[in-house]
Amino acid sequence: MDVMPKWADVILIPLISLLLAAGLSALLILAIGEDPIAAAKLMINGALGSSYGWGYTLYYATSFMFTGLAVSVAFHARMFNIGGEGQAMIGGLGVAIISLYIPWPHWSFALIFAALAAALFGAAWAAIPAYLQARRGSHIVITTIMFNFIAAAVLNYVLVNVMRPKGSMDPATAKFPEAVHLPSLHDLLAPLGISFSKAAPANISLLIAIAACFLVWILIWRTKLGFEIRAYGHSESGALYAGISPFKITMIAMLISGALAGMMAINNVMGEAERLVLNATENAGFIGIAVALMGRSHPFGVFLAAILFGFLYQGGAELALWTNIPSQLIVVIQALVILFTGALDNMVRMPLERVFLALRRRKAG
Amino acid sequence: MDFLTLIQVLDSSVRLATPLLLACLAGLYSERAGIFDIGLEGKMLMAAFFSGAVAAITGSAWLGLLAGIASSMALAGLHGLASITFRGNQLISGVAINFLAAGLTVLIAQSWFKQGGRTPSLTGAGRFNPIELPFAEAVSGVPYLGPIYSELLSGHSILVYFAVLAVPGTWWLLYRTRFGLRLRAVGENPAAVDTAGVSVVGLRFAAVAICGILCGIAGAYLATALQAGFVKDMTAGRGFIALAALIFAKWRPWQAMWACLLFGFLQAIALRYQNINIGDFTIPVQVMDALPYILTVVILAGFVGKAIPPRAGGEPYVKER
Repeated sequence: MDVMPKWADVILIPLISLLLAAGLSALLILAIGEDPIAAAKLMINGALGSSYGWGYTLYYATSFMFTGLAVSVAFHARMFNIGGEGQAMIGGLGVAIISLYIPWPHWSFALIFAALAAALFGAAWAAIPAYLQARRGSHIVITTIMFNFIAAAVLNYVLVNVMRPKGSMDPATAKFPEAVHLPSLHDLLAPLGISFSKAAPANISLLIAIAACFLVWILIWRTKLGFEIRAYGHSESGALYAGISPFKITMIAMLISGALAGMMAINNVMGEAERLVLNATENAGFIGIAVALMGRSHPFGVFLAAILFGFLYQGGAELALWTNIPSQLIVVIQALVILFTGALDNMVRMPLERVFLALRRRKAG
Repeated sequence: MDFLTLIQVLDSSVRLATPLLLACLAGLYSERAGIFDIGLEGKMLMAAFFSGAVAAITGSAWLGLLAGIASSMALAGLHGLASITFRGNQLISGVAINFLAAGLTVLIAQSWFKQGGRTPSLTGAGRFNPIELPFAEAVSGVPYLGPIYSELLSGHSILVYFAVLAVPGTWWLLYRTRFGLRLRAVGENPAAVDTAGVSVVGLRFAAVAICGILCGIAGAYLATALQAGFVKDMTAGRGFIALAALIFAKWRPWQAMWACLLFGFLQAIALRYQNINIGDFTIPVQVMDALPYILTVVILAGFVGKAIPPRAGGEPYVKER
């Protein structure tokens, strides 16, 4: 079974997949008549060359950490939560309600309760598909896809008919009060004597996202519940035999997943836009799928993959700004990463296994 | 709503239901053979772009259609490679295909036409134009039946009539031919098909290829018949509504047609009336948008007749060695 050493499985395969995706993307850039090396330089410079670039890269990465963790937790219970997008949308609704309608004395209280509300709303949105999967056997992938569309309709209705300020044509809430303004990385790093771009949107949510990575690691690998989730993901019948309730694990894993996806809203809604707009999530829920696959569903892998995708998104925005390459290039790269690390995993794995098998034989012989 | 308005709304329902129906039948072949396909959206989008682009360049809607089918089949081939040959996760492959199409179409459109991710507007032979059924003009004066024939049934593009004919065609192929029996069997119990000496891989690839052809026609219809050219993200979730319709119809062709007509009707209503007033009560347009999905969840939940997917769906087949 274990033909390959663990490091090859964890590092080599994602790396090869990434190289394949990068190579194909370079060919694509060549095909549309641009220079891939110049494009790569521009991306690196734009995303990592200044604290402004880093600020955007980390801002995107924060969102992707939350959605990537959300997909990972569900993956551990062998469920594919495609509904991160909808859960994050509804999480945004929770953040907006907390931020707009309660007079907070200080941002820290607001942040705690907004995070709780975002988690609660996201979890609630995941609860129905989870229940239908656990009790009625409805396929979670299909129901979560449907719930993404229903979430978009709900958000549309609430923003147009309920939360839109009088006289405004824009389907968005009012601006949040000054009291719930979250400190940006600039504000956090200034007391330490580190100067960081004032204009970049990276904010204190980044620290919460990193804490979430750590907590998910503890949950999955250091608690009984995490063990049960993994056991259930490995073999449903085995878990059942060990007295683990499939209903309980399905519900809990999906509720945690939905809560994590929902918590993304403290970054994009509270930390950046400071009001709730229609397309607040900007596909971050789906990018979580690529992040989780790339990160091998491990919180540390998710952390690294989220930063990688943050880099790609900021770099892609720079490309669209300075060259004729539209930012959709990043969507293609993302698709290729999902394809190679997810669906075509065996294509990379099988030849590699053969190589390791040959190496082992040579050693033995 | 008077009679003529009703006819107009139904007419628009048929137009809007056609891409849903084609994509839904596409999904039906694939899923009946045990290959889940949530990449219908991506295949349609890719086909919409290539048909729009080739029709704009050559001025021929038929060449556009061919290009659309070819591009959709390329993605179908990728899905087959991932989910049949390499036994990967079919759902993840579908997600990847949707993103691939969303990104590539805009990228190539920008590179070829430089119009912000769209193709030039199509005119004349670049589009599939309406076909007048015989005597449509003559009978239009007949009360009730006249408008139904001349307005509702006549005056659609050839792809609409193809989609309608594809329903009995699919039924016949699936339930009255040997190929259909084997195709359904491979979605329920591939091991039995394999034991009978029939290639599981071959059957599944055939199903995925048919799925590619139908998605290609659906996409071409969007860009060259329903609208005059490709615009960014023009499928707008239709692939997922088709998926919903497929579940709603419990993976059966005739029911798929009715489900697609229902969802097309909902779209037509949402397009024509923003909010619907019934007495003091107002149904907001967002309810209309969400209704196909809500109905599908209700059906999936099994409260109104249970939807049971093909048993081997989503499982890669591993031949015992």
